[in-house]
Amino acid sequence: MSKRIDISDLNVYYGDFLAVEGVHMSIEPRSVTALIGPSGCGKSTFLRTLNRMHEVIPGARVTGKAVMDGQDLYAPDIDPVEVRRQVGMVFQRPNPFPTMSIADNVLAGVKLNNRRISKAAADELVERSLTGANLWNEVKDRLEKPGSSLSGGQQQRLCIARAIAVQPQVLLMDEPCSALDPISTLAIEELVHELKNDYTIVIVTHNMQQAARVSDRTGFFNIEGTGKPGRLIEMDDTTTMFSSPAQQATEDYISGRFG
Amino acid sequence: MENHVTATQNAEPKPGRSGASSAADTTSTAGAAALPRTGSSGRLGNRIFAGLSTGSGVLILVILAAVAAFLLYRAWPALTAGADTFAEVDFMSGRGLWAWVAPLVFGTVLSSVLALVVAVPLSIGIALFISHYAPRRLAQLLGYVIDLLAAIPSVIFGLWGIQWLMPLVSPVFTWLSTRLGFIPLFAGYQAPARNIMTAGLVLAVMILPIITATIREVFLQTPRLHEEASLALGATRWEMIRQAVLPFGRSGIISAAMLGLGRALGETMAVLMVLSPGYAINLFLLQPGQHQSIAANIASHLPEAGSTGVDALIASGLILFAVTFGVNLIARWVINRRAEFSGAN
Repeated sequence: MSKRIDISDLNVYYGDFLAVEGVHMSIEPRSVTALIGPSGCGKSTFLRTLNRMHEVIPGARVTGKAVMDGQDLYAPDIDPVEVRRQVGMVFQRPNPFPTMSIADNVLAGVKLNNRRISKAAADELVERSLTGANLWNEVKDRLEKPGSSLSGGQQQRLCIARAIAVQPQVLLMDEPCSALDPISTLAIEELVHELKNDYTIVIVTHNMQQAARVSDRTGFFNIEGTGKPGRLIEMDDTTTMFSSPAQQATEDYISGRFG
Repeated sequence: MENHVTATQNAEPKPGRSGASSAADTTSTAGAAALPRTGSSGRLGNRIFAGLSTGSGVLILVILAAVAAFLLYRAWPALTAGADTFAEVDFMSGRGLWAWVAPLVFGTVLSSVLALVVAVPLSIGIALFISHYAPRRLAQLLGYVIDLLAAIPSVIFGLWGIQWLMPLVSPVFTWLSTRLGFIPLFAGYQAPARNIMTAGLVLAVMILPIITATIREVFLQTPRLHEEASLALGATRWEMIRQAVLPFGRSGIISAAMLGLGRALGETMAVLMVLSPGYAINLFLLQPGQHQSIAANIASHLPEAGSTGVDALIASGLILFAVTFGVNLIARWVINRRAEFSGAN
């Protein structure tokens, strides 16, 4: 259950402002694709277009194509709700529902659309998802406690469990470790490594070591100056990107000369 | 254009603030030069402000205590008097204090509950529309209109209830009474609609603004993070509202309902004008001359009351005070029961 996404000639606008311009990219199934680049270069904006979460922002719109296994994500007859069921997302800051217990948080996506699920199936799914997110052993004795009672790193893994409980094709991660301490970050990185056996993963990160550690392919976004659109400068295998990038800008960024 | 206006408005307090901060800077550098110095102007301002705010806090407690003490003191003769004391009081028609007050308490609570049952769902709907569905301009306009509604005096609502609402609901009540009259709630409607149901409807319109305004604020404060979490799971807008907005706003909705209930319990004028009074305890919502509220009862009988009558009326006021207090306590308890899951942590 993982699909590839092919993006061609994608532009993102906020109103009349062109935020991201002309992205061509192929995202391979069962692999981790990292997107790096300086702040404001549009990598998070671009990530949001992959499950149409950009539509939540007033005035944001997209031109171009994003095709997931032959299905155009922006086709007029495609419901964004359906896209988001197949393309899950983990956010920058952990956001479990504070009004729900740990178990209910995991089941939040499954219970949408009035789907009924038996108690036994629900218990099984909670255990499987939490195990998949490396959280089961830490929370199995307090599944009825509120999700907000966990530490930041645990909350983020709970959010990952919630995302994979609906069995998406693709998992998008928007700087999932930026609010976490190094140990929690390590736990998430190990988890990403395991998850790629089952899912297509796209991760936005500010941390280049992280990109180098977890990803198979890396895309570098850059922006020429304020008011200019962000562009995908270069995309290649992670080892190539970090050893011998083709573009000077990529090398400058990776070696810490700017950004 | 709009952005410009708000930007300048926001900019306005700036000079004052930067002035204050520069003043703070000078005192802090002065403080750095001689650390143990006390009684500088910064300290004095701090003390004055602390005194003022503590004073206001204490004052509100004193006022509350004074009201309670007054009620208790003036009601005491009536509360302790024997049943025959009230024989001379016309409007009590020979009943003892408790037999007289019980139907009034019932009528007060009934009219307020009717008002809440109508107003709360409507308010939630309006607040949701303003906060999550309406385009921004329409939402702003609606917000103003709702706030305006809160500024209408209750006499006007009373007039409106008599002149406009009563003829409007009369055919509905007739229909309910003839078709569903076998349910005691709707039995025996008589025109004009001077019944507890109409009173409840007028009260509902009166408490709508405060409930709506409060709930709207709560809904607007729903963390964007939680809304996005829900949408990213593949929730429709309505599912997102049920998953993120409503649970987060739950305690706020209860608080808003209690604010409205507090107002409905004490509302005098509109009930006095609309309701044809009676002293029964029953649920015939459409019959006139069955119920009366404490506040309206005080207002209608105080001018003609002798000293014993005044005592009895003040005692009923004390009971109204206690009911309102109890309602608020219950609301607090309901909110705190699930505080762990409130999202406040």
